[in-house]
Amino acid sequence: MNMMHYWRAMWGIIGRELWRFVTQRERFISALVRPLVWLFVFAAGFRAALGLAITPPYETYILYEVYITPGLIGMIQLFNGMQSSLSMVYDREMGSMRILMVCPLPRWFLLLSKLLAGTGVSILQVYVFLAIAWFYDIHAPWQGYLWVLPTLMLSGLMLGALGLLLSSFIKQLENFAGVMNFVIFPMFFMSTALYPLWKMKESSVLLSQMAQYNPFSQAVELIRFALYGQFNKYAFIYTLCAFMLFMTAAIIGYNPSKGMMVKKGGG
Amino acid sequence: MILKKQGLGVFLALALAGPVHAETVFVTLEKDNALAVVDPITRKLTKTVPIGQRPRGIALSPDNKLLYIATSDDNTIKIIDAETLKELGKLPSGDDPETFALNPAGDKIYVSNEDDSLVTVIDIAKKKVIKQIKVGVEPEGITVSPDNKWLISASETTNMVHWIDTKTNTIIENTLVDPRPRAVGFTADSQQLWVTSEMAGTLMILDTKTQQIIKTIKFEVSGVTADKIQPVGVVIDKDSNRGYVALGPANRVAVINGKTFEVEKTLLVGQRVWNLAFSPDQKRLYTTNGTSNDISIIDLENQTVTKSVGVGNYPWGVVVKP
Repeated sequence: MNMMHYWRAMWGIIGRELWRFVTQRERFISALVRPLVWLFVFAAGFRAALGLAITPPYETYILYEVYITPGLIGMIQLFNGMQSSLSMVYDREMGSMRILMVCPLPRWFLLLSKLLAGTGVSILQVYVFLAIAWFYDIHAPWQGYLWVLPTLMLSGLMLGALGLLLSSFIKQLENFAGVMNFVIFPMFFMSTALYPLWKMKESSVLLSQMAQYNPFSQAVELIRFALYGQFNKYAFIYTLCAFMLFMTAAIIGYNPSKGMMVKKGGG
Repeated sequence: MILKKQGLGVFLALALAGPVHAETVFVTLEKDNALAVVDPITRKLTKTVPIGQRPRGIALSPDNKLLYIATSDDNTIKIIDAETLKELGKLPSGDDPETFALNPAGDKIYVSNEDDSLVTVIDIAKKKVIKQIKVGVEPEGITVSPDNKWLISASETTNMVHWIDTKTNTIIENTLVDPRPRAVGFTADSQQLWVTSEMAGTLMILDTKTQQIIKTIKFEVSGVTADKIQPVGVVIDKDSNRGYVALGPANRVAVINGKTFEVEKTLLVGQRVWNLAFSPDQKRLYTTNGTSNDISIIDLENQTVTKSVGVGNYPWGVVVKP
């Protein structure tokens, strides 16, 4: 087994994911429409609501649209991660996962490849979203658009790993609605994506604490700081740890001898 | 080789001369009875100096050596050394001075005495009142044309702009304007007078020759109700390419094209933005934000707000020393 095999397998998985992304135009459009609706409709209603205190990384007062942009980037990656997990469940039902899993390469490598593929797709979506936002007068310093790339990698991997972990639990496609209700919505709303921590603290200390420990919040903050050319060390470490935790759990989850596969009778 | 050395010398001299915008921003703090000094390079408050009761209007002498500060509750205008910030003297301003204007020569000050409906003319060298001119009720905005021909006083309750001849100190003409005219500013060529109306939410452009309104601009900000749009401070750049109007509780500064008189954009700054001042090179604009207790720095080349710096309670007036 040489490096060539690894390389070919990884590109096979990434290529398949990208091909799927390109051919499924509806998926691409819907992935963009979701955050854009939030930006154009939801944020418009809250225009004057913010602007009471300046919190880092911002140096001056900002419109609400500007505040939620990193949150919506997180939203794109969160949904994308869940979408990948959905496709894993679908692959399992359709039997194509069997082909993937019998590949003579370590399972963790196959899962990581799958994860990288999903993250790559989400980064494409994010940049298209940022380009549209730019025309809507949401500008970050130009360096920010470069700085945000490595953070998008990490946050995408973390959210993708969470998706993988969840997909190892889900037996049927129909159960995915549960993921929406119990994972995506609480994660998104109980985070700093829509409101800053200080604003949440005004209404509920408990809510603000939950938001603080929500890994999605930390991913959003990492993106927010990077977009303004700053590095948020705490958010970086938190997101990295969350990624490693979810990834390890997902690898265990997909192990036929140990994980959830045993209970479900294999992939 | 010699040329190279000279070139290096010039380069070093330029490098040692420091950053391009080594200016100092002075802000009067109405509630703190103090003067805040901000360094726009580090974008930090460098110091706060007690200055007198309720300081509001502020001006810099043409030679940049003296600051004039109206300390309203002391009923005086203080003369402050712009370097040491020590008080050098006082001017008899009449009661409750708020806004005042310095003439281009820097030898006379014109003060609005809101409660007495007067404009007080002061000779700075003699520290004496030369004349008190009766104007409309509640005079507020005041300015002198750059060619030193006109002194303008705007009365908030009479809704008038008074055109006063600076030679005779008498009113020559009155122009009826939109309710509660607040601030007045001339273009550098003295051909136009820009007047803001707090209650109508408008900016009026007056022709100096005819003293008539040639254009009225109504401000609108998406997401902000009309009652919050209260135009106050107004400044126009030296080429009359753009003018800037502080929109008070709308927390925005409007950018107006000086040729077409269209509002190009509005920039979000701190709360209840009040007065405005250019940097000496006119590349930046500083705003005092009354209720958020800070000033905002606007980069005029990119038309973006780059930073808001906390200064103290109720920042009111602002001047920039090169």
